[in-house]
Amino acid sequence: MEALRCDGLCKQYGKIEALSDVSLQIEPGRIVGLLGPNGSGKTTLIKLANGLLTPTSGAISICGVAPGKDSHRLVSYLPERTAIPTWMSAGQLLDFYGDFYEDFRRSAAEEMLSHLGIPLTQRIKQMSKGTREKAQLIMVMSRAAKLYLLDEPIGGVDPATRDYILSTIIGNYNPEAAVVISTHLIADVEKVLDDVVFLDRGRVVLRSSVDEIREEKGMSVDALFREVFKC
Amino acid sequence: MKWEFSNDAPIYTQLVGQIKMGIVSGSFPTGERLPSVRDLATEAGVNPNTMQRALTELERDGLVYSQRTAGRFVTEDQAMINQVKKDLARGHIQAFMQAMTLLGYTREEIIALLEQQGQEQKKGEDEHGSTAL
Repeated sequence: MEALRCDGLCKQYGKIEALSDVSLQIEPGRIVGLLGPNGSGKTTLIKLANGLLTPTSGAISICGVAPGKDSHRLVSYLPERTAIPTWMSAGQLLDFYGDFYEDFRRSAAEEMLSHLGIPLTQRIKQMSKGTREKAQLIMVMSRAAKLYLLDEPIGGVDPATRDYILSTIIGNYNPEAAVVISTHLIADVEKVLDDVVFLDRGRVVLRSSVDEIREEKGMSVDALFREVFKC
Repeated sequence: MKWEFSNDAPIYTQLVGQIKMGIVSGSFPTGERLPSVRDLATEAGVNPNTMQRALTELERDGLVYSQRTAGRFVTEDQAMINQVKKDLARGHIQAFMQAMTLLGYTREEIIALLEQQGQEQKKGEDEHGSTAL
């Protein structure tokens, strides 16, 4: 069964159409890049998959389950903005995730935090932006979920931190799960993706594998993106 | 081992080329076990499925083989590795000849230049060797 499935999905904010007629299937075991310029509907799609928004029309499901109480146990979500309580220490964050998610692999998270030299006593608000992003990603990737939805996981961090975040994603995702990464930093993520979905003004304009694009067009996904979305 | 990728070719074919390089140069020694797909993918910073595809291709060529539970190994067939080395060398030579032809050199001139360069390099190394003593 598809890890994520959308059928004729539409979302309107008043008169503005954020997503129109999106049909999409994402199979388990794939790492998929959700790519598009600002305002193309990436975050809207991810929020719909999390049940944070409701569709105007059409349907969306995670492993056959509609977004809601039952889908939360299947989905591990990294929001665009830091959503963890900043007064907590790293240790308290581990307790928090352990309490909420039965699939949380605490020992894996502890190991990654200690590898980065983040002490369990350090408070989130004392962390730099990069460290905070890493800590949050560690929590998200330490769950044994069926679908990981990562909204801009590498935005606003330095290139070394980007590499760390991407290798954490490759090293930790469960091969029976699917990973969706939304970003516009394509050159950085290209090598870790199986497939890409190009979104433009709420519509899917391209769906292909990374190596198909490179083989057929003789250019990188980054170069193709620049061509398709040339301003 | 250092992994580098260009933008104009599929990633899996570049992985195949680089693993071949690693086998020929001894980074992945003859008959030895290869790291797991996930470890190789993490090291190269690529998608595990893409790494898997590259290894499957190498397996089809016979350069690596799987042992059901023990993992993947580099072939023990030294003749096959020598052949891959020759193929890689041929590729480099072809690219070199093409670039030199574009610069306007004839075959004979290219060979003469190579010999001259080789002798200069040898002399340089000899001198360097004596000063080091």
